[in-house]
Amino acid sequence: MNKNYLAILIAGVGGQGILKAGTLLGEAALLENKKIISTEVHGMAQRGGSVINEIKIGEVQSPLINKGEADIILSFEPAEALRVLDKASPETYLIVNTNPIIPLTVSSGLSTYPDLNLAWKIVRDIYPRLKLINARKIALEAGNSITENVVLLGVLCSVPIFPISTESMMKAIENGFPPKFRELNLKAFNLGLEKGKEGISLL
Amino acid sequence: MQVEDILNQPIGSKLFLLGNEAMVRGFIEAGVSVATTYPGTPSSEIGNVLHHLAKKADIYFEFSVNEMAAFQIAAAAASTGVRAVTFMKHVGLNVAADALMSSAYIGTRGGFLIISADDPSMFSSQNEQDNRYYAQFAGLPLLEPTSPAEARDMVKYGLKLSEDLELPVILRTTTRVNHVRGIVVLEEIETRPKKGYFNKNPRQFVPIPSFAFHMHPLLLQKLTSARNISETSPLNRLERASLNTDFGLIASGIAYNYVRDAIDKWGLNVDLLKLGFTYPLPLNLIEDFVSTHTNIIIVEELEPLVEKEVRALAQQNNLSSCIRGKYDNTLPRVYEYTPDIVEKILINLINPDKMDNPLFQTPEFKLPNRPPVLCPGCSHRATFYSVKRALQEKGIKDSIFPSDIGCYTLGIQPPYHAADYVLCMGSSVGTAGGFFRATNQKIISFIGDSTFYHAGITPLLNAVHNKHQFLLIILDNFTTAMTGHQPHPGSNIDGMGDEAPRISLENVVKSIGVDWIKIVDPYDLDATSSAIKEALDCQGVKVIISRRACSLLEARNKRKRGSWKKVIINTDICSMCEICIHDFACPAIFKTKDLIQIDASMCDGCGVCINICPVEAMVWEE
Repeated sequence: MNKNYLAILIAGVGGQGILKAGTLLGEAALLENKKIISTEVHGMAQRGGSVINEIKIGEVQSPLINKGEADIILSFEPAEALRVLDKASPETYLIVNTNPIIPLTVSSGLSTYPDLNLAWKIVRDIYPRLKLINARKIALEAGNSITENVVLLGVLCSVPIFPISTESMMKAIENGFPPKFRELNLKAFNLGLEKGKEGISLL
Repeated sequence: MQVEDILNQPIGSKLFLLGNEAMVRGFIEAGVSVATTYPGTPSSEIGNVLHHLAKKADIYFEFSVNEMAAFQIAAAAASTGVRAVTFMKHVGLNVAADALMSSAYIGTRGGFLIISADDPSMFSSQNEQDNRYYAQFAGLPLLEPTSPAEARDMVKYGLKLSEDLELPVILRTTTRVNHVRGIVVLEEIETRPKKGYFNKNPRQFVPIPSFAFHMHPLLLQKLTSARNISETSPLNRLERASLNTDFGLIASGIAYNYVRDAIDKWGLNVDLLKLGFTYPLPLNLIEDFVSTHTNIIIVEELEPLVEKEVRALAQQNNLSSCIRGKYDNTLPRVYEYTPDIVEKILINLINPDKMDNPLFQTPEFKLPNRPPVLCPGCSHRATFYSVKRALQEKGIKDSIFPSDIGCYTLGIQPPYHAADYVLCMGSSVGTAGGFFRATNQKIISFIGDSTFYHAGITPLLNAVHNKHQFLLIILDNFTTAMTGHQPHPGSNIDGMGDEAPRISLENVVKSIGVDWIKIVDPYDLDATSSAIKEALDCQGVKVIISRRACSLLEARNKRKRGSWKKVIINTDICSMCEICIHDFACPAIFKTKDLIQIDASMCDGCGVCINICPVEAMVWEE
């Protein structure tokens, strides 16, 4: 098998800023003249439904990721990480925001949210590169909970195989927000990066 | 990146563009004069971007009332010699199909491109019809891109081809082109006259029977010319393996990506014929390819259109190659393809030794579904709540809810179950008459404002004239919400961003002859449910306009203004009756083990839940 690209899957819930995160990643890749292709879900799926963004950096035609072939999974929501687990292999870096967003099917009593402590135990046995991050806490530390997506981009940047430099990511963030939100998002990114470095590089 | 970059960045710049954005760049580079649409996913962002850029790019752009109007405007514009584009989702082309069929007969002078955005796997559609059939059906050339960059290229190629053949051209994308982001290198912008002149020629442009009689053979002649162009078109190209091989793969449109990736990844020694100009097919090129390979595999998403033609060609020319595709069940005929699906099938056929099984098993968790839901603060939820309450108070249990295409179709989910029958845009109004004539059940139909303008007016006229009896609730949120808030004839702004006359819904409804009409604010639950109860006691066609701006748009405004008041639950008073959870179902309200809470980050501050709580435990935050 000959694979000349890196596959990143971003998962979460509509409204969490997943598309924005993907676009920033693309802009950063462009700054480094890297080939990048991605695919998003729009429309119906954005009204609070599950959303995924599949991204490949390198020589390839289709952005869709095969089962077991994501190099990095970045999930903005815990249950959504479990939903896309079939795309992971034991080598996959699995970064998961620990803040659940309870679906209406659960709050109305039609189904139950998984027991996460138990889930992480099972997951970590098969996928040792699991990193749990409380992105909301970090975003609040940065100044606003809406920066969760940028915090997670910071964590993503700390993954050793992630091919885009911190400088390019920061530049993309600077270009990607109106001036009054720049500082806030750069701070969120850097806090995420720091937190990521604390754990991920050891995996 | 800013939207303006699509227009303003210098030639040679690389942009990371959505397929839909790349096509707009194509319009700009090709010097298009007129562009029209009715919004529909996955094509919607084409219109959104044009809404921003049209004026600066010197393109006339409009959100038409429906796809038929959009098609007619673009067709007529192109007949004057300028370039015109109309774009829509696949089912939108059904609405425009009457015009489409004739457009093939009468042809065009300036380039006329029809973009059909298909949705294999039905991410946001009611079916996954394969609109390549329309090209064959009408007799129009068909192009199928595989990436944003190629979509841009094919916009330009298609407009030129349309001029050369004097025939409209269909550019058929799928969700995985429209909603894929890739790198596009900006090319030069062609300067063309933006105004045309209509030189009359009724023999060409008016298909009365005696003229149409001659148009059909002329169309077939044009298609022969098109086939000759297709034979040597760079859009159809052969990618040879390094060594001689018996295996010849034919890939049409987006399926090329999966085939190419599988070949590269697994080092498969096969020849690949990439088809981007897929109607008329390059039959000579295909005949050569099939006759020089004993094993042919045809990979195309959805319907076996290319395959059928290849099989016919093989039969006609006595070619004995083994042909695999959908007719022999090698490949699936439903849903979009993925690298996984295509790769497994190809390796199995070509090089089974390469198959390896993963050494680990993905653990399975029982996960709650997360279907799309009505947003917090959505006025449709409030309307549905009042409908339920009115029916309960009147003791009606078996009412029928014909629904329509829009956000409110999400009312199908519990606890509202407010969608019983949907055919297409406008069907809530037409089908209500059928249910009335065939049953004694009460009928309450739901239609959105944009959908009503699009396809609800004519069936309402029909209902009044034919004395049908039902209640039509027009859910008026001032916008085309589901596809991303595009304006419609009830808005005071048009596609160019200019001020536009607002067509009043109530005036339209009244002028049709509906005598019983009420306008309510859905947040006022008492007034809304009283109006519904009153309507249920009246004869004939009744219309309630349930009017309140889309909460997503309102939330954007509120965010701009800063913070806003939210609702909190006084847990000392809350009796845990769970009416707010089970009967109202706002996504911001959730239950933990022994408490009901409101997620402040989701609360829209609509305050409707304050009025549904029987013990007054919901209160405005201080």
